[in-house]
Amino acid sequence: MRSMRLLGLKTFRHGVHPPESKDETSGLAIRQFPFAPLLIVPLIQHMGAPSLPVVEEGEEVSRGQRIARADGFMSVSMHAPASGVVRRIALAPSIGGRMVPAVYLEPFPGSTQEVEDGTPCPLDTATPDEMIAAIQDAGVVGLGGAAFPTHVKLKIPADKFVDTLIINGVECEPFLTTDHRVMLEQSRDIFMGIRYLLKVTGAEKVIIAVEANKPDAATHLRETFPSDLDGSVAVLQVKYPQGAEKMLFSALLGREVPSGGLPLDIHALCCNVATAAQIGHLLPLGQGIHERVITVTGPAVKRKGNYRIPIGTPLRFLLEHVGVEEDVNRVFLGGPMMGAAASSLDISITKGTSGVTAFTDSAAERTHSQVYPCIRCGYCVDACPIFLNPSLLGMLAANEEFSSMTEEHNLMDCFECGSCSFVCPSHIPLVQQFRAA
Amino acid sequence: MAKAGKTLEIRTSPHILSGYSVDTIMFNVVLALLPVTAFAVFAFGLAGLLTLSIALASCVLTEDLICRASGKPTTVGDWSVTITGILYGLTLPPNLPLWMVAVGGVICVAVGKALFGGLGYNTFNPALVGRAVLQAAFPVAMTSWIPGFGAGRFSSLPLSTLTLPFTAPEYDALTSATPLALWKFSREATATSDLALGFTSGSAGETSAVLILLGGIYLIARNMMNWRIPASIFASVVVISGALHLADPARYASPAFMLFSGGLMLGAVFMATDMVGSPMTSRGCYLYGALIGLVTVVIRTWGGLPEGVMYAILLGNAVTPHLDRWTRPKVYGARGKEAAS
Repeated sequence: MRSMRLLGLKTFRHGVHPPESKDETSGLAIRQFPFAPLLIVPLIQHMGAPSLPVVEEGEEVSRGQRIARADGFMSVSMHAPASGVVRRIALAPSIGGRMVPAVYLEPFPGSTQEVEDGTPCPLDTATPDEMIAAIQDAGVVGLGGAAFPTHVKLKIPADKFVDTLIINGVECEPFLTTDHRVMLEQSRDIFMGIRYLLKVTGAEKVIIAVEANKPDAATHLRETFPSDLDGSVAVLQVKYPQGAEKMLFSALLGREVPSGGLPLDIHALCCNVATAAQIGHLLPLGQGIHERVITVTGPAVKRKGNYRIPIGTPLRFLLEHVGVEEDVNRVFLGGPMMGAAASSLDISITKGTSGVTAFTDSAAERTHSQVYPCIRCGYCVDACPIFLNPSLLGMLAANEEFSSMTEEHNLMDCFECGSCSFVCPSHIPLVQQFRAA
Repeated sequence: MAKAGKTLEIRTSPHILSGYSVDTIMFNVVLALLPVTAFAVFAFGLAGLLTLSIALASCVLTEDLICRASGKPTTVGDWSVTITGILYGLTLPPNLPLWMVAVGGVICVAVGKALFGGLGYNTFNPALVGRAVLQAAFPVAMTSWIPGFGAGRFSSLPLSTLTLPFTAPEYDALTSATPLALWKFSREATATSDLALGFTSGSAGETSAVLILLGGIYLIARNMMNWRIPASIFASVVVISGALHLADPARYASPAFMLFSGGLMLGAVFMATDMVGSPMTSRGCYLYGALIGLVTVVIRTWGGLPEGVMYAILLGNAVTPHLDRWTRPKVYGARGKEAAS
């Protein structure tokens, strides 16, 4: 498929235009968030196997110290978000309501909270395999939300190669501005991370993708772009879900990942901009991820902003600190299009949390509308970025014809962006049915 | 923080919606139909007003009664039956006996809509189903027209309007032929400007092309109508009738005449675009429109009837599911999969 251009800007076909709702936080610089009296660090924050704790109850740890190691290749290390005492290693609630093993850490109140350095992984001398091990050891996962262990996708099989590295600074999810702030404030880390990633993957060039609603970030990255790097900053049309890697490949390279295949099949690799910044920041120091930038926003939040928040901060502490309105009705981790609703305020911030959005009763009212029968308007067909027929799939789901959905109508290609549910004038919970199926 | 005891809602994403809703779309279609409807009343006076009122009332009441009878909340509030009622009224000769109007209205909703399963399942445009039944049952009454802008139109009614139920109507001398019938049966052309502005005889709402287009443009601007369907119908009518007209101008009517006469405008803009009965894919919409245009020209030119838009749209409705299947877009990544295997 050819990449498509409209008004001179690259993009993909189909998609939707939700209100961006980013203006309230995009201009706010990243601020350090305080330590909660008790941090709960889940040992499974990524896709894959839970990490294995390497500390014991009662043990004192310093900030940045490794507290859990990877259990196999599909797993990563965990690091202490604060200097303090390990109070308990026990189960804790997670976003979906499931209980997962976690380290309960009580920060020292008077500590200076210096971050402990580890063994650096030097850019010039380390081999790709050493870098992959260092990225795993630094606990790096995809910070865009999927939390897929980054080192796993960097391990390129001998029969494959990567020619283009795409750094994803699109942030098409409404309300969120973390990547925007990271691009403005951490461009040195980003370019350092890119150098590591280029060396690991063997890619020849890099494209940093930014949506047109962040012109300041694009300009800043262009101005600071190192002259010895082969690459460019691409400005893309504002459209959801432009930030999905499949959409980026079609917009920037005109290539489609084969159904059921991997980006490697089209010689491309995509990495979130915040993830690149973490790699560029952590590897030279030998540190691990112990905090991340999160947008706390939504109509119900009083002090909205972009905060650097310790991993393991309980949601309740976070919301108390920023203040929420009386009529708060819904809290979700991530943005409103793909974010998951919090089942409890006792869950913690994890590496995959890019935002915390809270809605009030009145803001939520619009989603309470009556459900009508499908009127075959075709809005969902025009919205689906991978060219499925959500209307038809919805009818099949209602009849529980799941095998027909997967075998004849390509349900497995759906990545649950929610564009179909967003546009449906009958308010049919299309993507919700697809997840269930 | 006053959070104690407060329950948070848990739903799955997306947590926001576009704000489009079935009832807002349907309501906007009703708005778009108002100018045409007002013009129909203006042109045909009391007879037009009564025809449209009875058509609307019979459709809405039938929907309400059927909902009540089946023990479900009434669906009148979604405005879809209002559209059916208005469109149905607009397709009728304004001097049609009112009892026939009412019978057709019941058929529109009971047979065209409810029998198929209600909103979203009505394969055929309900207004046209009602009209098609009337056309078959009362062919004479359905092709007897009065001219618009008659002198006493606001004070008197045509003889046929108040015909007693189940009796045949009588007609006064004032009936006149439509431009299409004039062409078909006596090769007499009507000026295009009269056609576009609506100074001809015909069904209540099909005479003013300008106002119909205005309503369509409003809906297209609000993204509540698929522009591909009327565009494709117009294009196919112009191309086919244009080719015929070039070959023999004396036998075949000009493309402008074809476009602006009869029910083509009303059908192309407001009936063929009914979301339920039209394809969902863009390519499907182009094919659907082309088919409707082709069938319309064929019926008008070689068929026994002067007008064919109604049957063309009903045929288009019937093949819609097939068009959707044939024009299914290729799923993202499908090409790579084929290349790999």
